[in-house]
Amino acid sequence: MKILVPIKRVVDYNVKVRPKADGSDVDLANVKMAMNPFCEIAVEEAIRLKEASADTGVTIDEIVVVSIGPSKSQEQIRAAMAIGADRGILVETDDNLEPLALAKCLLKIYQDEAPGLVIFGKQSIDGDNNQTGQMFAALAGLAQATFASELKLSEQGVEVTREIDGGLQTLAMALPAVVTTDLRLNEPRYAALPNIMKAKRKPLAKITLEALGLECSPRVKTLEVAAPAARTAGVRVNSVDELVDKLVNEAKVV
Amino acid sequence: MSVLVLVEHDNQSLNPATLNVVTAAAQLEGDVDLLVAGSDCQSVADSAVKIAGVNKVFIADAPCYEHQLAENVSALTKELATNYQYVLCSATTTGKNVLPRVAALLDVQAISDVIAINSPDTFQRPIYAGNVIATVQSSDVIKALTIRSTAFDPAAVGDGAASIEVCAIVCDLGLSRFVKEALAVSDRPELTAADIVVSGGRGLQNGENFELLYTLADKIGAAVGASRAAVDAGFVPNDMQVGQTGKIVAPNLYIAVGLSGAIQHLAGMKESKIIVAINKDEDAPIMHVADYALVADLFDAVPELTEKLSPSN
Ligand SMILES: Cc1cc2nc3c(=O)[nH]c(=O)nc-3n(C[C@H](O)[C@H](O)[C@H](O)COP(=O)(O)OP(=O)(O)OC[C@H]3O[C@@H](n4cnc5c(N)ncnc54)[C@H](O)[C@@H]3O)c2cc1C
Ligand SMILES: Nc1ncnc2c1ncn2[C@@H]1O[C@H](COP(=O)(O)O)[C@@H](O)[C@H]1O
Repeated sequence: MKILVPIKRVVDYNVKVRPKADGSDVDLANVKMAMNPFCEIAVEEAIRLKEASADTGVTIDEIVVVSIGPSKSQEQIRAAMAIGADRGILVETDDNLEPLALAKCLLKIYQDEAPGLVIFGKQSIDGDNNQTGQMFAALAGLAQATFASELKLSEQGVEVTREIDGGLQTLAMALPAVVTTDLRLNEPRYAALPNIMKAKRKPLAKITLEALGLECSPRVKTLEVAAPAARTAGVRVNSVDELVDKLVNEAKVV
Repeated sequence: MSVLVLVEHDNQSLNPATLNVVTAAAQLEGDVDLLVAGSDCQSVADSAVKIAGVNKVFIADAPCYEHQLAENVSALTKELATNYQYVLCSATTTGKNVLPRVAALLDVQAISDVIAINSPDTFQRPIYAGNVIATVQSSDVIKALTIRSTAFDPAAVGDGAASIEVCAIVCDLGLSRFVKEALAVSDRPELTAADIVVSGGRGLQNGENFELLYTLADKIGAAVGASRAAVDAGFVPNDMQVGQTGKIVAPNLYIAVGLSGAIQHLAGMKESKIIVAINKDEDAPIMHVADYALVADLFDAVPELTEKLSPSN
């Protein structure tokens, strides 16, 4: 069985982004970029499933990562290969596609590759959409288990424990199926230097967005980006007594 | 113009987050109709009709909707939504699971975490962990939105007079199966709806030490939250995580104890009215966001605070 993992190149999670002066977009000049953390977790999970083939009875022949984005996304595809993905596909475009358009592109790739499992990240930390996996599952007519914190693969299918607001929920799905990862699913490994070198020789196919023949014009236009309203500066209190006094007599919140 | 709101519930009672969605819906144009999809969920529909400003409540009562499986609920919602200009639900894990799927079935681009409605087609939403607010305009014929409940007041309950209409559409796709659920039970207020939240981080060192926070919380009627580091380390369960990828809270008072205030944590609580930080590091980012910052060892300060604060002094 094959596993397909869609990954995104995003701003590094430590960067505090700011709007451009003209408010047209965020300022990403010279900021550090990385693989979206949830996508890293998705890649790691695919690798663990491949390594556990003997235990699960499900042999994973190949892990394919796919990214839709600028040419530089090859760095993130190589990073995924350096920890164990076998092959990469880059759908090259400088447009920042919306989740619906991404889902449509990924559907084409899915139809070509016919994987048994598609593992998404739950959310990209730039757009914070939390949509692409669900939209893809809808278009592909597949079952979905979002926000996964545990995944058990067997010949019968996949059982996924999901992190929901009230606690945990477990679902069972036949394959093929769609999973989106939450933070506690696993802790991604670091790439070893020899594997970084080896990753350079793994196959990476580049196709253009046009070649997929899709209509991807945006449905949602960003009119403005702005910094959120600033909070007024606070004060230092020197003792618990002072804190209690402020809370009771100044803020009047207790 | 009309708005369809997907009601969140557990087949018995309505999740209060739905009330905030109704307020957002009322800011759009046209009638506001609600959809209750569940199993043996008549009591939910009975409370839904009492929400002020609601026109009609659809009840789709079938075993296949019992656990809100995304495939079934989305297929149903899509059928109804084709008659509407908007489909809304709360930006909870349930809403985020279902709404994008509905949008894809309708071939429209959903908009997540709406915090303001500027006009019938223009909305505001936070991106980049809330470091930036985007104003976006949708050109889709049906607009699919998840609503951040902290940004809208709850609609009043009691004086509504909506009608109930049975919806007999049964979408049982049989794609996924519910196995089990482990829901947290707590006597404390619900995190996202609480007036006061006390949150702890890695500084608490272990799960037992969270008792310090529970004691404080119970004295002042607060809910208890946590940073991701505290959840990851197994001090507390996942449903307590506050932040970009956890729950969003905006209480009147947020007391952050032994947590540093990473960007991702701030994203989930910086709309709180008053923020208190207790940290032994005066330069921790949370200390710069706090209205009242106390540099102290939490193991001294929290018990003292618990002793000196009384419920509504
Ligand atoms: C993709 C992604 C998503 C994330 N989402 C979230 C999220 O939703 N929510 C979230 O919280 N984090 C999230 N994180 C993690 C976040 O980046 C931080 O790692 C995390 O919030 C740190 O938790 P902390 O503040 O408890 O721990 P630390 O940063 O280690 O802070 C501990 C603090 O406790 C203080 N302290 C220690 N001992 C004492 C004492 N005795 N008395 C007083 N103070 C003491 C220290 O001075 C320090 O400031 C996310 C990260 C990533 C990559
Ligand atoms: N440009 C992209 N290329 C490939 N996969 C993507 C892309 N954008 C988003 N995804 C996938 O969809 C998930 C959720 O993203 P989002 O819906 O944007 O929050 C990510 O974690 C990825 O797995």
